[in-house]
Amino acid sequence: MNIKVQNLTKKFNNYLAVNNISFTLEKNKTLGLLGPNGCGKTTSIGMMLGLITPSSGKVLINDHNVDSANRNDLLSRMNFASPYIELPKKLTVRQNLEVYGRLYGIKDLKNRISEISTDLNLNNFLNKNTGELSSGQKNRVSLAKSLINKPDVLFLDEPTASLDPDIGDFVREYIEIYKSKNQITILLASHNMKEVERLCDTVIMMKEGKIVDRGTCEDLVDRHGRDNLEDTFLKIARSKNELA
Amino acid sequence: MNWHKIYGLSLRHIYLIRNSFPRILDLIYWPSVQVFLWGFISEFFTVSSSYYNNTVGVILTAAILYDFLFRSSISYNMMFLEEIWSRNFSNLFIAPIKISEIIAALTMTAIFRTLIGLVPAVLVAIPLFGVSIFKLGIPLIFLLIALYIFGISLGLLVTSGLLRFGPSFENIAWASLFFLAPLGCIYYPIEILPNILQIIAKGLPLVHIFEEMRNILINQTVNIAQIIKSILISIIYFAVGVMVFYISYYGAKKKGTLINIGE
Repeated sequence: MNIKVQNLTKKFNNYLAVNNISFTLEKNKTLGLLGPNGCGKTTSIGMMLGLITPSSGKVLINDHNVDSANRNDLLSRMNFASPYIELPKKLTVRQNLEVYGRLYGIKDLKNRISEISTDLNLNNFLNKNTGELSSGQKNRVSLAKSLINKPDVLFLDEPTASLDPDIGDFVREYIEIYKSKNQITILLASHNMKEVERLCDTVIMMKEGKIVDRGTCEDLVDRHGRDNLEDTFLKIARSKNELA
Repeated sequence: MNWHKIYGLSLRHIYLIRNSFPRILDLIYWPSVQVFLWGFISEFFTVSSSYYNNTVGVILTAAILYDFLFRSSISYNMMFLEEIWSRNFSNLFIAPIKISEIIAALTMTAIFRTLIGLVPAVLVAIPLFGVSIFKLGIPLIFLLIALYIFGISLGLLVTSGLLRFGPSFENIAWASLFFLAPLGCIYYPIEILPNILQIIAKGLPLVHIFEEMRNILINQTVNIAQIIKSILISIIYFAVGVMVFYISYYGAKKKGTLINIGE
């Protein structure tokens, strides 16, 4: 699946959260969405997931508008993970995966839960309440939920935020391996520049609702004359807006 | 004692109240509702204390039926609030589910939650007070249907508020039923209400349901037209509830609350 974002704008009352952004995310590629806090990343993802109605512009997924009549068909092939969105705490990990497996209409759900639990090392706490898990465990459960339907498009909002380096590395490595074995398009919003360099094919830099630069990580670093993506990010974040 | 700190802490709560209209409304109407409800009950017993003389258990039956309504509505709201409290809201709305499926799931699950709470109370009332709601006979089924439809309609309306305005609407969720109680004529006949309120009350199915309950228990007769009327009015409220839910859903998408509700 590919995603085409065309002249997407979102205005909340007088606040322009996303200002006329356009980009294409090619099938089986990973796009990094970068920018300082409040630059419009989450709002953009919300519009791509059909959770927020754009003020103008559109999101096309495989040339279908995400808010169209076949929204459920599109959503059944997409998923989303974010540390800021949780699963019901009073349900066990297995129960949560079962609930979401059913919502996504997964056939042979028992095997799918077993498969994903093994892949993400969830077996030791499958019958534990989700609310009792550590941040690292919760994060892996959230990732398991986001992959339960084997999505064609995966939205990841800061997937390793607040994780220790070991678990963070495990998650990044898992995403890399999963991507190499499956046909999947990923949009990754992150503040971890090393993560972005490792996982993303191309990067979009946002600031104050606009796209201010785009390209591969190497292109951006070269273009801005910096040594790495982190310094490049800082330069862009602290400079005046320049439209790409 | 550091008054600056006390003032600072007070401000934290004052700001919370000032920033939320539902919270202000909640503070105002609870005492008012209590005064109305118990005022009417007191007036009724002062004027016609002989009304219930020969009918043991009318009040308790009314209380049980009212609780059925209360539980069905609160169950509906609770399930939605659970999603907000657990910050699971966005996960739910990006899953391939239709709004009609969400409404249907909540409606079906609410009946289980309601019955879990109600059945023990109904059974306890029989040996403890000698009161059985089953004395209402077959009409009980239809009265419960009317109550349930109205209960989930209120649940839908409150849920719509939660969807649109977020967790600050939570207080309304808890209080929605008490708000209607004085007008519902649950414990007293409609004649107790002032004329103007009688007109409004007749637009609620509760009046017809509880009038019919008293009619069956006191006069030992069944007014089928009244039962049908109560079900039809409940269905109208349900249709309005569904419509408002859809409007709220699209409003929430426009406002962006689906992605950050609960935060």
